[in-house]
Amino acid sequence: MDLLQLLYSIPILGIVFQFVGYVVDIFPSIAPFILRGATPIAFAAMCGVLCERSGVVNIGIEGIMLVAAFVGWYAGALAVPLLGSVPVLAFGISAPMIVALLAAVAVGMVISLVHAWLSITVRADQIISGTIINIAALGVTSYLLNLVATTSARGAGLFVPFAAPTALTDLPLVGWIFGMFLNQGPITLSLLFIAIVFQVLLFRSRWGLRTRAVGEHPRAAETVGIDVMWVRYRNVVLGGGLAALGGAYLTMESINSFQFNMTAGRGFIGLAAMIVGRWSPLGALGAALLFASTQAVGRSIGIYPATGELGVVLRAIPGQVFDALPYLVTIIVLAGVVGRSIPPAADGQPYERESAT
Amino acid sequence: MSAELDVATVRAPALEMRGVSKRYPGVLANDHIDLDVRPGEIHALLGENGAGKTTLMNVLYGLARPDEGEILLDGQPVTIHGPADAINQGISMVHQHFMLVPVFSVADNILLGAEVMRDPIFINRAEAHRRIVELGRRFGFDVDPEVRVGSLSVGWQQRVEILKALYRNARILVLDEPTAVLTPQETEEIFAVLRRLADAGHSIIFISHKLYEVLQIADRITVIRRGRVVGQRLPAETNEEDLAELMVGREVALVVDRGESHPGEVRLEIRGLRVRDDRGHEAVQGVDLEVRAGEIVGVAGVAGNGQDELVEAIIGLRPVAGGRISLEGRDVTTWSPRDMNEAGVGYVPADRHRFGVVLSFSIADNLSLTSYYKAPFARGLVRDEAAIESTAEERIRKFDVRTPTATAPANTLSGGNQQKLIVAREFGGETRLLVLDQPTRGLDVGSIEFIHRQTIAKRDAGAAILLVSAELDEVLEVSDRIAVMYRGRVVAIRDGRTADKNEIGLLMATGGEEREARAAGSAA
Amino acid sequence: MTEIKLGPLRFRASRPTRASLARAAQATWSIVALPVIAIVLALVVGYVVIVASQLLVPGRAIDLLLPLNAYATLFGGAFGSFDGIVRTLVSSTPLIFGGLSVALAFRAGLFNIGAQGQFLLGALGAVWIGVAVRDQPALFAIPVALLAAMLAGAAWGFIPGFLKAISGAHEVVTTIMLNYTAYSVIAWAVSGPLDQPGSASPITDTVGNAGLPILLGRTGHAGIVVALVAVAFVWWLLFRTTRGFEIRTVGANPDAARYAGMRPRFIMVLTMTLAGALAGLSGASVLLGVTRYMTASFGTTVGFDSIAVALLGRSHPVGVVFGALLFGAMRSGALVMYGQTRIPAEIVDVLQATILFFLVAAPVLRRVLRLRDVRSELGTTETLTRTYGSEAVTR
Repeated sequence: MDLLQLLYSIPILGIVFQFVGYVVDIFPSIAPFILRGATPIAFAAMCGVLCERSGVVNIGIEGIMLVAAFVGWYAGALAVPLLGSVPVLAFGISAPMIVALLAAVAVGMVISLVHAWLSITVRADQIISGTIINIAALGVTSYLLNLVATTSARGAGLFVPFAAPTALTDLPLVGWIFGMFLNQGPITLSLLFIAIVFQVLLFRSRWGLRTRAVGEHPRAAETVGIDVMWVRYRNVVLGGGLAALGGAYLTMESINSFQFNMTAGRGFIGLAAMIVGRWSPLGALGAALLFASTQAVGRSIGIYPATGELGVVLRAIPGQVFDALPYLVTIIVLAGVVGRSIPPAADGQPYERESAT
Repeated sequence: MSAELDVATVRAPALEMRGVSKRYPGVLANDHIDLDVRPGEIHALLGENGAGKTTLMNVLYGLARPDEGEILLDGQPVTIHGPADAINQGISMVHQHFMLVPVFSVADNILLGAEVMRDPIFINRAEAHRRIVELGRRFGFDVDPEVRVGSLSVGWQQRVEILKALYRNARILVLDEPTAVLTPQETEEIFAVLRRLADAGHSIIFISHKLYEVLQIADRITVIRRGRVVGQRLPAETNEEDLAELMVGREVALVVDRGESHPGEVRLEIRGLRVRDDRGHEAVQGVDLEVRAGEIVGVAGVAGNGQDELVEAIIGLRPVAGGRISLEGRDVTTWSPRDMNEAGVGYVPADRHRFGVVLSFSIADNLSLTSYYKAPFARGLVRDEAAIESTAEERIRKFDVRTPTATAPANTLSGGNQQKLIVAREFGGETRLLVLDQPTRGLDVGSIEFIHRQTIAKRDAGAAILLVSAELDEVLEVSDRIAVMYRGRVVAIRDGRTADKNEIGLLMATGGEEREARAAGSAA
Repeated sequence: MTEIKLGPLRFRASRPTRASLARAAQATWSIVALPVIAIVLALVVGYVVIVASQLLVPGRAIDLLLPLNAYATLFGGAFGSFDGIVRTLVSSTPLIFGGLSVALAFRAGLFNIGAQGQFLLGALGAVWIGVAVRDQPALFAIPVALLAAMLAGAAWGFIPGFLKAISGAHEVVTTIMLNYTAYSVIAWAVSGPLDQPGSASPITDTVGNAGLPILLGRTGHAGIVVALVAVAFVWWLLFRTTRGFEIRTVGANPDAARYAGMRPRFIMVLTMTLAGALAGLSGASVLLGVTRYMTASFGTTVGFDSIAVALLGRSHPVGVVFGALLFGAMRSGALVMYGQTRIPAEIVDVLQATILFFLVAAPVLRRVLRLRDVRSELGTTETLTRTYGSEAVTR
């Protein structure tokens, strides 16, 4: 008997090994979906990183994503009759899609501006401010959806994924990695790029140093002449743009319509990813991939049924457990990790300026 | 003709503040203040807490806008809009509470706001390191730019702050209470650095309320009281009593009469105590100490030598890693704060806003804070509002807490009255042991006198009192016996009456170890 | 001065003078001015939203009076008839429980967004036990079902409280995760163990005698009575007991609480558990009083509504009642409004968010409207909650 069979046949523990083997087996097939599923979560997490590194807690990311998703869909639907839907660039981008994407990002930034105003200038409780955004987002999008549902408008269309050259994707062993990273639409492709650029800028650029200072010790930053308020406003609004990209992904790269409450908690999972990733962009991306994997594995249990002992065990588990899996995993990871994960020192604390101007 | 001009420019003050006034709601913090500082001069600004020194410097640094008056640099009037502006004009400030980001390196802290750029986006770290190391060497200290500031000693953090100022070509350096957290040895070292800076042409404004230091280091002394300049002196022409009288406005008895103590049985006994700090290091490394009934034992030591951890361990706010604490013969090492409170132990915490009061609660509720769960304040689960209020009114009267009603929230009280509230709570009642940690920090003279008198009264009533203070003067003034704490150990115990201040200071700095003394001496 | 003693309780009333009445009136205005103004402003914003949204739907004529019509039917539907008032009370009942739940948590410095999941678990507990005892006498069945709801909700509140106490995991994220998980739990229970054979979609049996009796009109059930009892209990707990003093102290200053001998972590867990029980009762009131059975898609807006109610009521039990009545009115009136004007009921969410916005922007409002500053123990602009990491949990 080879080693694998030996491991699999151990009572109880063997199931765990079988499960690991199962996951390794199906991984190449589900890998592209993992990256896709991670996209909204990762953008949400990076928005969180940007805001919290500057010292502002942003619970409203879920709401921003939801509104951006709606705008991405409906702005496109409105623009199609006006601009036609002829693809002009790669990825099947047409004029209405550009309009929709820009509108979504713009709206995301405006909503963040509101949150920024409440948190920075009014110095209100930042968690309440974020919750208000979530309530308003759900309300407004549901309200508008109800109003326009009768027209059954179709959005501007979906981004067409890039087709990676088969020379790369057909490589043995590693081909699937190229497929996973390259067979994606523009928003997903930009995710990696943005994460890396963000990471480098945060820790090596002047902008990053000042941002981190404002999040750790705003008073010290002020005394060397940095405008704490401006840094925070700017970063929160930029963060809103990132979150909006994550929301736009849902209706512009994933499915071509808007559904009630379609973000389904991704904004909050993004916050958890931010914490697990220790408030660094690449860490947040990694954590987002982790969470997305649980989602993907949970779903694939139905699509790629497991055989043998493992199959019996998995079929005995009610389907709803797999639905709840990403949320449960989030709780477990958060409870296990948070104690050792230290946020920026001034995170969430309203700041009162002392300067004369 | 040109010779006269030369003399005039050489004599022109580097900084002049004329008629500066600043009003905050309810208080005139600066009242037509005139100040001039020459190039290469160390000018001390002396005054009590709340006299207006910090406000004046905030005006200079652009953190506050003056209502009246003007500022002149090298004879030219300037307006300073904010810290960035002040820095550009060559004014730098080293704050009393360090403006350093603990998780950043020394280099990042110094660079912040004045970064050395490789291109419009990225910082040139290598070049920055070079400049920092060179700057440090020029003024006599070796600094490692990569070290995390949070792991540095307080004295070294001070040096980083000064480097920050020098890095920005500060011609005028303002230091706000720079020696508050330094050992006497570190103070000597900083003074040497300041002398060198002055000799190199920098002007230094040295804010302090410590008379003997000011006499040591300053070229000129300006005394401020209640927002006004009340006098200017040269150190050679004055002494501590004269300065004290200027500062406070009346003849000051520098020492409160503490009378005779009649120590009784041992109340608190500490043997071989070991306590860890928040980072897991042993902050208390084997302390032996006794406090008797009817005596005040003062613990002298520079902040950060384990005093806070010692006090928290006694009270039960911090777990004990080894050793034993006994109260009247009972082993209380593992007792909780409530257990200690039940046994008659009172505690005045160093951080009064954090541990001592709940600012949004009423004064009456605060007075019941440690006994809210038992008679007379509650019966079982239910609180007795009337009893809470009446006890509060009684204690307010007895301890002179200035407030219109007992139901006003505690945040309407001044700092001194908040401390009196804490004292009213902890001192009222049958107290077997009182633990006081920095009880008069930041208070006005009147409140300090009051608390000292109350403490001595408690002692005379038979309580055992442990007083921890970073103010050596306070310890010398009030204690019957003095224990010096250094690096987590009690290194000496002296009689309060006959203690020699210089000896205590040296013990605080070196722990009495020859090796340390020699090493400290050669590091300067 | 008259004094009334009832055992350990004591009430004092002084004879009113003109000056004291004037002061009382001014104090009352100071407390209610802000919520009232926030509501008025929100209605103005709602007007703008309704008009603007007409622009977004192509092919509809713009009707400037539509919002006013909408408001009229909204509040008319809520208060305009006996049936309407009864409906409003029924809608307000779960909001009173939910508002108490969130308010109690706020007092301890915690943010119970999990009221939604606790609501669902409470309803599940109520239906599970309710179906089991459906044939028992009501005097036994009802309390038992309510108790089951409280225990289920308490469990769903205990988990995030416990996790926060031992690891510092922020309750905002964990409770929201549990909210989503609760939907899965309901789905599983209703399609599995509780499923009643004989219908295409999963559905439970009815709760029979465990259902709450109707007291008013056709739908006014006894839940409102239980809710008012809960209000009295929470008020007494917070302001008259030592435990309540501990809760408030931990919320105001956990370090001072530790020094006072309180145990902040225990208080956090206790408070979240109690809050969960209250939110569980909120679910029970809907299930036992209104629907009396459960389907797999048993849904709710009570979760978010409760947050608004707690903030509107400034985390005070009496304020919660008023907030609950307002939102209950809006929710029940919204259905009438939709029927008559085709404006989607979700406009209430928009109004709700706007009210909260103006409440939170209070300092700016105060300055603009020159209101006197009222010192309250829990102002909406102070930081009510503590953020991530073990900073939030003291040793």
